[in-house]
Amino acid sequence: MAPSLSDVMTPDAAALAAAAGGEGRAPLAAGSADHDLFTGLTRLGDTALILGHRVSEWCGHAPILEEDIALANMALDLIGQTQLWLGLAGEVEGRGRDADALAFRRDAWDFHNLLLVERPNGDFGMTLMRQFLFDAWHLPLLKALEGSTDARIAAIAQKAGKEVAYHLERSADLVIRLGDGTEESHRRMQGALDALWGYTGEMFLGDAVDQRLAEAGVMPAPESLRAVWDQTVDQVLAEATLTRPASTFAHKGGKQGRHSEHMGHLLTTMQWLQRAYPDAKW
Amino acid sequence: MYAQMVKSEASTDDPALLAAFQARIDAGEKIEPKEWMPEAYRKTLIRQIGQHAHSEIVGQLPEGNWITRAPTLERKAILLAKVQDEAGHGLYLYCAAETLGVSRDDLTEQLLSGRMKYSSIFNYPTLTWADIGAVGWLVDGAAIMNQVPLQRTSFGPYSRAMIRICKEESFHQRQGYDLMRAMATGTAEQKAMAQDALNRFWYPSLMMFGPSDKDSIHSTQSMAWRIKINTNDELRQKFVDQTVPQAQYLGLTIPDENLKWNEEKQGWDFSEPDWSEFYEVLKGNGPCNTDRMEARQRAWRDGEWFREGLMAHARKSAARRVAAE
Amino acid sequence: MSSEWPLWEVFIRGQHGLNHRHVGSLHAPDAELAIRHARDVYTRRNEGVSIWVVPSAQITASSPSEKGPLFEPANDKVYRHPTFYDIPDEVGHM
Repeated sequence: MAPSLSDVMTPDAAALAAAAGGEGRAPLAAGSADHDLFTGLTRLGDTALILGHRVSEWCGHAPILEEDIALANMALDLIGQTQLWLGLAGEVEGRGRDADALAFRRDAWDFHNLLLVERPNGDFGMTLMRQFLFDAWHLPLLKALEGSTDARIAAIAQKAGKEVAYHLERSADLVIRLGDGTEESHRRMQGALDALWGYTGEMFLGDAVDQRLAEAGVMPAPESLRAVWDQTVDQVLAEATLTRPASTFAHKGGKQGRHSEHMGHLLTTMQWLQRAYPDAKW
Repeated sequence: MYAQMVKSEASTDDPALLAAFQARIDAGEKIEPKEWMPEAYRKTLIRQIGQHAHSEIVGQLPEGNWITRAPTLERKAILLAKVQDEAGHGLYLYCAAETLGVSRDDLTEQLLSGRMKYSSIFNYPTLTWADIGAVGWLVDGAAIMNQVPLQRTSFGPYSRAMIRICKEESFHQRQGYDLMRAMATGTAEQKAMAQDALNRFWYPSLMMFGPSDKDSIHSTQSMAWRIKINTNDELRQKFVDQTVPQAQYLGLTIPDENLKWNEEKQGWDFSEPDWSEFYEVLKGNGPCNTDRMEARQRAWRDGEWFREGLMAHARKSAARRVAAE
Repeated sequence: MSSEWPLWEVFIRGQHGLNHRHVGSLHAPDAELAIRHARDVYTRRNEGVSIWVVPSAQITASSPSEKGPLFEPANDKVYRHPTFYDIPDEVGHM
């Protein structure tokens, strides 16, 4: 893989690196263990960041106060996880970029989050369904990461795992209740499930980077998370009286930096201040 | 303040009961929900606590406006936690009001139909990131002036809610000032944003305390009931005296040519805000009244299916449990 | 039928093993969700290790008009309080 475009083009990358003592350090070589690790960590960090961002969009607009507060807790957990994953990614890269530099100064093609988490919030049912489909994958992923050969990763996964166990408990329960609630809530939840289904497959698709990370025992192979996800999802959907879509089609590309149109707008909002005032300290 | 211009009701109760009630308040006793209280006390409190709660909820919007644009992950988390606290504070206050025999849904309907008000300050826009600092520093600073004494208010549930709120709120003003300081000591552009935010929020913050009420009968009654502890002018003066040195430390200028230290009163002389603007904002003519109300109405309306769905499920499960027994 | 969620009273036991204490109330469709809301609303600052919720409608309260008969009898039982007893200084802390 060639050095990523933003590394070459971001005008302040050099200044940032200089400030943190990483000046002159070459970009990580594609295929190297550190480059793989950096990629794997940005996949985790970016996914947490983008979902945290999406969930935070609800703040002040949720259907009832108790939910408004609960969603903010979840967004806060995800932002906290972002700081850890991207902080470690920056450390591994060794070019002086910290979590903020990675979050606010990369362009879309360098973001490696799942397409699922950049889906717009839609109605509250869509948001909850997206959360459930994600949490049902996120928890077993973190459980597997607790056994990583990289102790730093295992430590982060252990902390995040406790938070995400609660997220899953919450989102699964709400999906069940709303699926088996009123006719309208059932219809909305089924609609959300159908709309998001095509974005779930990407969670289980591995590429060469994933394969090397799995061989080194650093991160689990994506395919290995499928069975437990299927089990959780089938059980919850059954209780929710919702029908699992038959399609196996999967949208993909997010993990490799090919995103939907929504991503650019999200980043435009999120990164605006850092981009407009690159010299500022906040 | 978060509850502005709350009109008190005239009492129509038995004078002997009223006198005994007043004696309890004068003795510093707390009035609890199921105890006898004048109808006027109850109604005035519902209005005041309800307005306070509404202010917390609508107050989420101007700050929430910047959550998705916060410039660092830490600032994003801090702001999110703070706006979440506002929701919590609204919730505590609604619960306090509910002990007086009104439901939260009732209060919400009254807010959304415009029959109940919220603080005028939240009808001003947050235009730059520095505004988030100004809101924390000035708006929360002004609110705290009022809320700290209200911890000693006569109505038990209100007092307990205020104690909890004050405890949680201590970080709000500090984070605002900290943000303002980062801006005021930053680049020329950041400093300009900080000054601009102070310019726009100074007078609306002074308005939060409400017009002078030293001759108001409502205020006299509320103070006798200890649901209002200080006059608006007292609190305003205290706020100005506290804020001026803080602004000086930041190297920012308070937008008031008449601001002058008064040796005799050991406080600052300052210009009154434009009260005609205040009344226009209350009437609905502030820069953001329409947007704020629409946002709350949309959230409530769009959430109806969700609230009903969960209620329907709870009824179904309860019925299933009964059937299984 | 009203779709307003019922009101619940929330009791939390803090870190130090003291009794559950009433901390406030909230709305929830049922007990399970009330517990979850209580966790989200009332333990944002790590306040608790155990939560109880009770439907507000199920609380039976002493009537304020009985405050005299209920609590005044305890007023004159000063011997229940440790300060009632005079212990000589020489004996030390007891």
